[in-house]
Amino acid sequence: MNNLMSLDPMTLALFLPLFGAMAAFIAPRAASVIGLATVLANLGAVGWLAFEIRAAAELITPLGGWAPPLGIALRADGLSVAMLALTGAVGLLVSFSALDALRDARQRQYFWPLWLLLLTGLNGVYLGTDIFNLYVMIEVIALAAVGLTVLSGTREAVRAGLEYMYASILGALLFLMGVGFVYLQLGRLDFAGLIAATPSAALSAALALMVVGLLLKTALFPLHFWLPAAHANATAPASALLSGLVVKAALYIFLRLSTYMPLPDEILVTLLGALGAGALLWGSVQALRAERLKLLVAWSTVAQIGLIFIAFARAGQVGLVESWKAAALLILAHGIAKSAMFLAAGRIKDEVGHDIIRDLDRSAIRPTLAQFTFALAAISLIGLPPSLGFIGKWSLMEGALQAGYWHWVVATMVGTLLSVAYFSRVFAGFLRFDRMQGALAEHKGWALADLAPLTLALAAISLGLMAAPILSFIELGYPFGAMP
Amino acid sequence: MTPDLIYGLTGIAVFAIGLVGALCAQDRLRRVLALKLCSVGAGFILVVAAWREPPASPDPVPHALVITGIVVMVSATAVALALIRRLQTLEAEADE
Repeated sequence: MNNLMSLDPMTLALFLPLFGAMAAFIAPRAASVIGLATVLANLGAVGWLAFEIRAAAELITPLGGWAPPLGIALRADGLSVAMLALTGAVGLLVSFSALDALRDARQRQYFWPLWLLLLTGLNGVYLGTDIFNLYVMIEVIALAAVGLTVLSGTREAVRAGLEYMYASILGALLFLMGVGFVYLQLGRLDFAGLIAATPSAALSAALALMVVGLLLKTALFPLHFWLPAAHANATAPASALLSGLVVKAALYIFLRLSTYMPLPDEILVTLLGALGAGALLWGSVQALRAERLKLLVAWSTVAQIGLIFIAFARAGQVGLVESWKAAALLILAHGIAKSAMFLAAGRIKDEVGHDIIRDLDRSAIRPTLAQFTFALAAISLIGLPPSLGFIGKWSLMEGALQAGYWHWVVATMVGTLLSVAYFSRVFAGFLRFDRMQGALAEHKGWALADLAPLTLALAAISLGLMAAPILSFIELGYPFGAMP
Repeated sequence: MTPDLIYGLTGIAVFAIGLVGALCAQDRLRRVLALKLCSVGAGFILVVAAWREPPASPDPVPHALVITGIVVMVSATAVALALIRRLQTLEAEADE
């Protein structure tokens, strides 16, 4: 009985957002208050968990006192707490900006339940240790994310949301098929069972199915087709959540699975890296061609996902013991910087009235603070020092050089140059004043709403200075070493 | 051929048909139905995992998983259908 009554931060992180989502749906008028309170409480629970992880390195809670393989256990280690903290902190700031960005009463009413449901799913993924449970959580994420995509209610958004829905459900079903094969082979679905299993061709086939499903959900080239339209047409807070947080969930599951059930062949690691390089190039070229600001930012997400896969593959199969850290750093850096950038892009669109890149320099209204935020976020995404993105890219290239894999360094360099090029298109629009008609209203368009994206962008830059503590934190509990 | 093999192969075939449909079909409703087929195929595989040589009783865990899968798919279908209806309304309005 004592076991049931005792509070534990992992259970809280799972059930607070779930009950918050229900409460916000039942009481739409109080939705904003309930939503903000829940997100704050969730961040508190994550902070508590982080405090305990610093001492204990890993925590395992068997839900309801049932031990795996029959029961479901929640497990936290350094990496999962880092992901929870990213989700909680970015989520809180996006929530603040949603207060201002969502003007329509209907949008406000549905945003909070959907976002809290999304938070439930994300937290569930980061704490889950059972692959069927992960399947359920990615479906929860998919349903909530599709809801957020179509929140703006325009025809383009609904169309993109439907495409996203198809891709997302198909990805989840491929994952489920893999789960079925794993159960057929092993008779259990928890991570400990996967680690203990002897590798076989059938297990590799199951892993392949799950990985393809996850790649579809995380939008790795050439399975990225649904992402740009979905992320570009959503409302700004929804785009920030989708691009900053949602694609990371599938990436995280991929990172975990690929180390618990080792990829059978070196070729596959190289193939993933090659797809990553393809994503980096194709995403960048499309970003160079994009006509609208939000579309450019969405294509840059495709490119950045590619970069994360290059980090994963940078030193081949033997290097995975270290490479996941570079990938994890890039995941954190992208999560913070991209949500800042989408919020800033939303603010620019709100103030200027459109987000056509070519005409940004014709506008008399220059929302300077939002533009500054956009530039700061771009610094982290391009990977200039001292940002977190720089540390991630540095550790990517360091590992690739040590392993003698020059091609990954070349791909990263080309991607970096292209990202400078496509972000410069936007900066040029910010800084040119000669094509403008009428008087300049430079100080118009400052608002309290700029504070949340600015905080995120400053965090993306300054966390680079704290990279060493972050790295030693995500290694707590040895996420990818031998698990008991 | 044992029942589990027949069921397993059927499941893979049904999943494959659904996969082709989901990737190739043009019509929105057909794609939803194709995704349903995929989920039925995946359900078959889980049911096979529960099967045991007759005197032994089947493993109940995959049954629970299949039920969960069905529930998830019902809600996903509902959302997809609602989106399709909404999109049709929006497109009809745009045409007028």
